[in-house]
Amino acid sequence: MNYRQIIYTAIILLLFTVIGTSLVALTYDNTRERIAANERATLLRKLNQLVPAGSYDNALVDDFITVVDPAAAGKDKTVTVYRARRGDAAVALVMSAVAPDGYSGNIRLLVGVQADDILSGVRVVAHRETPGLGDAIDEQRSDWVYGFDGKSLGNPPLAKWAVRKDGGNFDQLTGATITPRAIVRAVRRTLLYYRANREALYATAANTE
Amino acid sequence: MSKPSFSSIISDGLWTNNPGVVQLLGLCPLLAVTTNVVNGLGLGLATTLTLLASNATVSTIRRVVRPEVRIPVFVLIIASVVTVIELAMNAWLHDLYKVLGIFIPLIVTNCAIIGRAESFASRNTVDRAVVDALAMGTGFTLVLVTLGGMRELLGQGTLLSQAHMMFGEAGRQLTLTLIDDYRGFLLAILPPGAFIGLGFIIAGMNLVNNRRARRIAVHPAPAEQPSAA
Repeated sequence: MNYRQIIYTAIILLLFTVIGTSLVALTYDNTRERIAANERATLLRKLNQLVPAGSYDNALVDDFITVVDPAAAGKDKTVTVYRARRGDAAVALVMSAVAPDGYSGNIRLLVGVQADDILSGVRVVAHRETPGLGDAIDEQRSDWVYGFDGKSLGNPPLAKWAVRKDGGNFDQLTGATITPRAIVRAVRRTLLYYRANREALYATAANTE
Repeated sequence: MSKPSFSSIISDGLWTNNPGVVQLLGLCPLLAVTTNVVNGLGLGLATTLTLLASNATVSTIRRVVRPEVRIPVFVLIIASVVTVIELAMNAWLHDLYKVLGIFIPLIVTNCAIIGRAESFASRNTVDRAVVDALAMGTGFTLVLVTLGGMRELLGQGTLLSQAHMMFGEAGRQLTLTLIDDYRGFLLAILPPGAFIGLGFIIAGMNLVNNRRARRIAVHPAPAEQPSAA
């Protein structure tokens, strides 16, 4: 192969790199806003399951803070807190939580707490529990997760915040105890953090804007 | 090199040389994604689209690119195409994108695609390369949909559940619940179900092929050409 051919080959390769990269860049640029909007819509849909859309009037997706809970699980022990307000009045908080001790990897949750300290509900955002057994925590698979609705740290009492097998008040799932146990623990931990920091969680200025 | 006929290209892709069950390429997404029909269809269409774009491009540039750098160029083309498809799906089919997740970028590593680029598109005209991509893509999609259908039916007694992820809200009505109050057969949904199901599909194909070969041996049709079918 002489120099001329080598240079020709190199130019061809370069040309395709440039074309390929520009194609990807162009598509990225054209889809970026739509993808961001999709992600916001998905997040809002999830949050609205815990805080009904009509009950607040602020931009829920934007009004969030990130705090550090030393007791929390996860990489950096951070908790994202979305705040729902109507005017100046607090309506509810939606807090992210991670249950690290499930059957298969982290279970990521959203925990909704109304301003009167009562749980508006819990939703599983991501999990890898066994299909057919542990995945009943998903609200599309069974009603189990609705068992948290209306509960609070006083109801049942703190000592009863466990699955029945451990002497608590929460049902386990048929064939799966580890998964519900992990979630009950994570929700309990989130509520304890909430109780200790309630005022600050509402008062701290939002991260964005 | 003689030009393959369009009909042989099509029968190759759909049956004789099917990428999913004969060449056994792209098994990772094939086995992992096919828990229901819609997932299978989604990945199948994305793969077909990738094949189409990569085959057409590779065939167009086959005389420009020197053989020394053809593989890197193919990889570049395939990677760009897949990234574009991934972004487009994320933008317009967001729910399905979230389900198929990691398997969309993994189309890059599906050997069926670079295999077709290298063994077919780089040696044939654009029209043949496009037909080949359609045939191979359809063949792959058929396997994904069949396996997805088997697993969904056995596993949860439905077909086309979650169709709204692909076809919008109207798709909800497409879901067929074939067995009411079905308790579910977990094995079919779990990974072993994918292997077992694929095994049955391949066995079924061999059965048909053997029977056909026997029929030809017993009653050799005079019009039948002794081709290498």
